[in-house]
Amino acid sequence: MKEILSGNEAIARGAYEAGCLVACAYPGTPSTEILENAIKYKEIDSSWSPNEKVSLEVAIGASFGGGRALCTMKHVGVNVAADPLFTLAYTGVRGGLVLVVADDPEMHSSQNEQDSRNYARFAKVPMLEPSDSQECKEFTKLAFELSEQYDMPVMLRSCTRISHGKSIVELGERITDLPTPKLQKNPAKLVMLPGNARVRHPMVEASLLKLSQDGTKMAINRSELRDKSVGIITSGVCYQYVREVMPDASTLKLGMVHPLPQELIREFAAQVDKIYVVEELDPFIEMQVKAMGINAIGKDIISQCGELTPGRLRTAFGLPQNLASQPEKLPGRPPNMCPGCPHRGVFYALNQLKAYVTGDIGCYTLGFMPPLSAMDTCVCMGASIGMATGVTKVVSDDEKKKVVAVIGDSTFLHTGINGLMDMVYNNSTATVVILDNSITAMTGRQDNPATGFTLMDDPAHAVDIPLLCKAVGVKNIRIVNPLDLEETKRVLAEEMERPETSVVITNKPCVLIKRENVYQRGQVYSVDEDECLGCRACLKIGCPAIEWRPADDGSKKGKAHIDSLLCNGCDVCRQLCKFDAIGSKK
Amino acid sequence: MNEQIKNILLVGVGGQGILLASEILSEAAMLAGFDVKKSEIHGMSQRGGSVVSHVRYGKEVFSPIVPEGEGDILFGFELMETCRSLPLLKAGGAVVANDLQISPPSVLMGHEVYPEGLVENIKTRFPDLLLLDGQQMAEQAGNVKAANTVLLGAVSKRLDIPEQFWIKALEKMVPSKAVEINKKAFLMGRACK
Repeated sequence: MKEILSGNEAIARGAYEAGCLVACAYPGTPSTEILENAIKYKEIDSSWSPNEKVSLEVAIGASFGGGRALCTMKHVGVNVAADPLFTLAYTGVRGGLVLVVADDPEMHSSQNEQDSRNYARFAKVPMLEPSDSQECKEFTKLAFELSEQYDMPVMLRSCTRISHGKSIVELGERITDLPTPKLQKNPAKLVMLPGNARVRHPMVEASLLKLSQDGTKMAINRSELRDKSVGIITSGVCYQYVREVMPDASTLKLGMVHPLPQELIREFAAQVDKIYVVEELDPFIEMQVKAMGINAIGKDIISQCGELTPGRLRTAFGLPQNLASQPEKLPGRPPNMCPGCPHRGVFYALNQLKAYVTGDIGCYTLGFMPPLSAMDTCVCMGASIGMATGVTKVVSDDEKKKVVAVIGDSTFLHTGINGLMDMVYNNSTATVVILDNSITAMTGRQDNPATGFTLMDDPAHAVDIPLLCKAVGVKNIRIVNPLDLEETKRVLAEEMERPETSVVITNKPCVLIKRENVYQRGQVYSVDEDECLGCRACLKIGCPAIEWRPADDGSKKGKAHIDSLLCNGCDVCRQLCKFDAIGSKK
Repeated sequence: MNEQIKNILLVGVGGQGILLASEILSEAAMLAGFDVKKSEIHGMSQRGGSVVSHVRYGKEVFSPIVPEGEGDILFGFELMETCRSLPLLKAGGAVVANDLQISPPSVLMGHEVYPEGLVENIKTRFPDLLLLDGQQMAEQAGNVKAANTVLLGAVSKRLDIPEQFWIKALEKMVPSKAVEINKKAFLMGRACK
C-alpha cells in the first residue's frame, strides 16, 4: 500500500515496522511530529520526556533492557542530550537504539543552525541521512539493524525539508520475530568506570573502521555514473537539489554520512574528472574528502549559512536563473501571539515597568516583537533564569531590580528548574516569571509533566509548580491572573522591588488548548465608535484582532476596530481604554 | 526546467487552511498515478505569519521545493501574500487568487498601510489571473468555511488530474460530515472560467 507521508510520519512508520517498543522525545521543531505519529501504533510505548537528556536516558534504558528504542529531538536538543550520548557510544546497545536528530538549516524555527553531523563524528556514532520519506522509513529500519549488528547507537539525521516534506511511501509490515526483552546483567559493558571504558573505547574505534569498510558495499551509498566530467558527492535533501538542477552530472549519494565509506569515495573520484561536494551548512564531507587527498570543491562555491535551494545551487554552479519577476517591498508578516494569548498582558506590564527581561524559548519569545518589545535576551532552553542570576551579579543594586527572567511551564520543567535552584542557593535578587499556560504551545500544543496528561492521553500527575518552587527554597511565590493588567503590573512591581529571589506564576491557559474545560473563550468585544477618541492605547498590546482604521479625510485621526471573528474576549484591551469605548458585544 | 513536472505554490497566512488544501492536491495527484512531493514550514509560521506550501507532481520529482522561477500556478489565499510569492512563478505562469486582504501587524497598528492596487500589480506581471471571492462562493455552496475548496476547484481546472481523483481525495481528507458541502464548493470553483 502507498501513502503520502511526511518524513516525520515515515520515521514513525519505520520504527513501527522495525519492531520498536519504546519511543520518546521532548518536542522541538522540526522533529515533533515523529512522536505525535508514533502514538498511532499501539505496540510502541510513546512518551514526552521533560527534556532531551532524560529522553535519551529512557531510550538507553529500554535498549539495555533488550527492546528496540527510538529517541527524537531537534538539533539543539542534542546539546542537552550530549552527556549520555557520548558514553552510550562506548557501552553500545542491547536492543537497537536510534537517535533521530532534525536539523533546521535557515533557522525557520530555531535559534542557531548547528550541523548535527559533527555530533556523529564527535560522539563516534554512525549516522544515516535520508533524502525523502521513503528513505526516512527504510533508513530508520536499517538504523535499528545496524545498531544491533555493530553494537552501537545509530543517529538518523533529518532536516526541515525532509521532516516536513511529503512524498510517496510504500508501507510494509511490522517484524515480529525479535526476542522478548528480559533483564540481563553485563556490568563490564554497561558500567562505564575508567577500567571498563578503557576496554570499550578501542572497540568503538574498531567498529567505526569496520563500518567505514562495509559502507562501500552498502546499497544506501550509491554511485550513479552519468556525465563523467562532473562528479558530485552529496547526501540528504541536497541530493534532490543536485538531481533537479544538474540531472546529467554523476553523483555519489551517501546514505551513511558517518563514518564515510572511503573506498567508495576513492573509486568514484577516480572515475570522474572534477569532484564537487554539495552539502548544507558545514564542510563536513568536504573536509574529510580533502583529508583523503582528493581535490574537492565545496564551500568555495556554496555558503555555510542557510539552507540550499535549487536556485542557490544554480548560482553556485554559474547556471542561469529563471526568474520572471523580482521581489518587491511589501509590509512584512511576522508571527504574532494569538488574540487572547495570556502572555500579552505580562509583556505589556514588563514594558511599562522598563524591566530588563532575560527571555527563553517558546511562543512568548514573540514578546520581543513590537509593540510589546519586552524581551532583551534569548539564548537557549532554560537560559532565562541562570542569565538573570548572572546579570544581577554585575550590575548596581538599582539596576538589579529591573532584572526579570521570563519562562514558560514546559521550558521551566525542561531545564529552568536547575537555574532556579542556583538562584536561591546563591541568593540572586532577580524575579522569575513562569508563564504557565498549561501546555507546550510553540511546537503545537504538547502535554508536559505539569499538564496532567501523557502523550498517549492518559491522565497523569500534574507537577505542582508553586510547590516545586517552594521546595527549592523560593520564599516569595505569587500567582497572578495575567489577563488582569492592574494586578499583573502591581505584583510584578512589588516583586521586582524585593531584594530576594521571587517567582510570579501566571495561571491562564493557552487559547489553542482543545481539551475540554481548560480554555474557555470569553465574550467577544467591540469598539463603540461614538466613544472611541482614537487615542491608540489599545494598539499597544499588538493584538491581531484590533485594527486601526484611519479617518477618511487622510488626517492622522482614526478609530480602533475589533474583528469579532478573531477576538477571544480576553478583556485586556478593555482595561486599556480610558474612555469605556470597548465592551462585550450585546 | 523540467517540463514534465507541475509546480504549484499555495500561499497565504497561517491559520487559513493552506496545509489541508495542499494535502488534498497531493493526494489527488498520487491517486492519478503521479510521483508527488510537497514541502512547507511549520512552527513559528503558524502564529499568523506568511505560509508557503510547495506541491510538485509528475513522472519523477526530485526537489521537494519548487525551483525559483519555475512555478506553473500560484494559488493565493490572500492578496499581499500572493504578490509576495510572484517571483516563484515562471514567465506566463497562472495565478488563482482569493480576493481577500488580511492586515499584518504593522498595518493593524497603523504604522504602515495595506498596499493598494495589488490586483493590477499582479495582472501586469502575470496576465493569466483568476480572481475569486472564495468566501462569497463558499457561502453560496452552503458554508463559508469551504472557501479554500472553492479556490481549489478553480485551480483543479488548470491541472491534468481527472475529476474523479479530486473527489476521492476530498472524501479522504475532509471530515465526513463536511464532504458533501466541500464537493459542491469544489465543483463550483471548477466551473469558473
